[in-house]
Amino acid sequence: MEINDALFQFATRLGDNTLILGHRVSEWCGHAPVIEEDIALANTALDLIGQTQFWLGLAAEIEGTAKTADDLAFLRDAWDYRNFLLVEVPNGDFGQTLMRQFLFDAWQSIHLPRLIASSDARVSAIAEKASKEVAYHVERSASTVVGLGDGTQESHDRMQAALTYLWPYVGEIFDTDDVDDTLAKAGIAVHPQSLKDEYYALVNRVLKDATLRVPDDMFAHKGGRSGKRHTEHLGHILVEMQWLQRAYPGSTW
Amino acid sequence: MGISLLKCSGFNAPTPDRLGKMGRPEISDIWQWLDAVPDPEIPVISLVDLGIIRDVAWVGPKLVVKVTPTYSGCPATSIINFEIEKALRDNGIDNLVLERQLSPAWTTDWLTQKGRLKLEAYGIAPPQAAGGPERCPHCQDVDIERISQFGSTPCKAQWRCKTCLEPFDYFKCI
Repeated sequence: MEINDALFQFATRLGDNTLILGHRVSEWCGHAPVIEEDIALANTALDLIGQTQFWLGLAAEIEGTAKTADDLAFLRDAWDYRNFLLVEVPNGDFGQTLMRQFLFDAWQSIHLPRLIASSDARVSAIAEKASKEVAYHVERSASTVVGLGDGTQESHDRMQAALTYLWPYVGEIFDTDDVDDTLAKAGIAVHPQSLKDEYYALVNRVLKDATLRVPDDMFAHKGGRSGKRHTEHLGHILVEMQWLQRAYPGSTW
Repeated sequence: MGISLLKCSGFNAPTPDRLGKMGRPEISDIWQWLDAVPDPEIPVISLVDLGIIRDVAWVGPKLVVKVTPTYSGCPATSIINFEIEKALRDNGIDNLVLERQLSPAWTTDWLTQKGRLKLEAYGIAPPQAAGGPERCPHCQDVDIERISQFGSTPCKAQWRCKTCLEPFDYFKCI
């Protein structure tokens, strides 16, 4: 596989993850249980959308067809998206949103600091920038998961239900293909499998503090990062996110 | 990210004695002009105080200004670029380019000392290496608690003073 083809896929995957999760989290704006949480969710979404501009900007630069990050975000259809299925599942209740956030933040908080050592200066610079923001995200989502998991019977039950629902979407994070092998060999990216032990150690520690039971079944839904099979939810997100550019092509703010 | 072109009404041509070699304004003067540009969200400090202007240099006839974002998604970034360009054009510099510099990533260590003092006087606790404010910016008491890791802008968190009971913003340390 050509390095540039792999790098385009890689940047698209990272940008699509932060774009779709950023959009999902922004759906909470004005609806969170308390104003501080509303602000926290909006700020997290903002950081994720900002990171998207960097990753999709890099993808567009590599593609070299004068497209922009906006073009990639607003003019691709579901089958061209490369995000984990985890980030496209519905928000559910506040607990489910924060559980999903923690499962994603935990991965970012381990992945991005490692990516700073990338041999590609552009990848390294984005990873350096984003990892600082992610340190805040994971601190908040982890402490909220513990607070709600080890909270009232009601909050505990909801967090357990959220974990049971989301757990089958975690395994895809460590799925690998030619893109990962090519970039890991070139020193540009970190092989997903090499993050696995540290990830599960962090997640299991936090979930234990949250008094939650980690499901035994390690079955994983896959198809998001490869683009082979997204959930039915992605199309609905794109319709909402893209309708303005689709209805009025090229319109600007 | 595109930088829009501006039409400037208040054009102030630099006086001849302020011009350096080759008729270009001196870099030290340019830093002073930029130090007069307020941050759009926290107008009490300047863009230079914020530490986001990383370099100002003449490359031939062109002025190159390197700017680093505070947070990836900070919506003030495009306004900041607009304000920088406006300040420079107002001072007679027409041939300029703004470049985004991501690495090294912005850190609150780059806030100037005068910026930190101005923040506190304005009611925003300046960043501390310990990860939380040193004291309440209103009554200076140290009996404080965190309300949320996030605040009114990406760069701030919400804290509260348990003595004067006032909530306050804390400029996060990153």
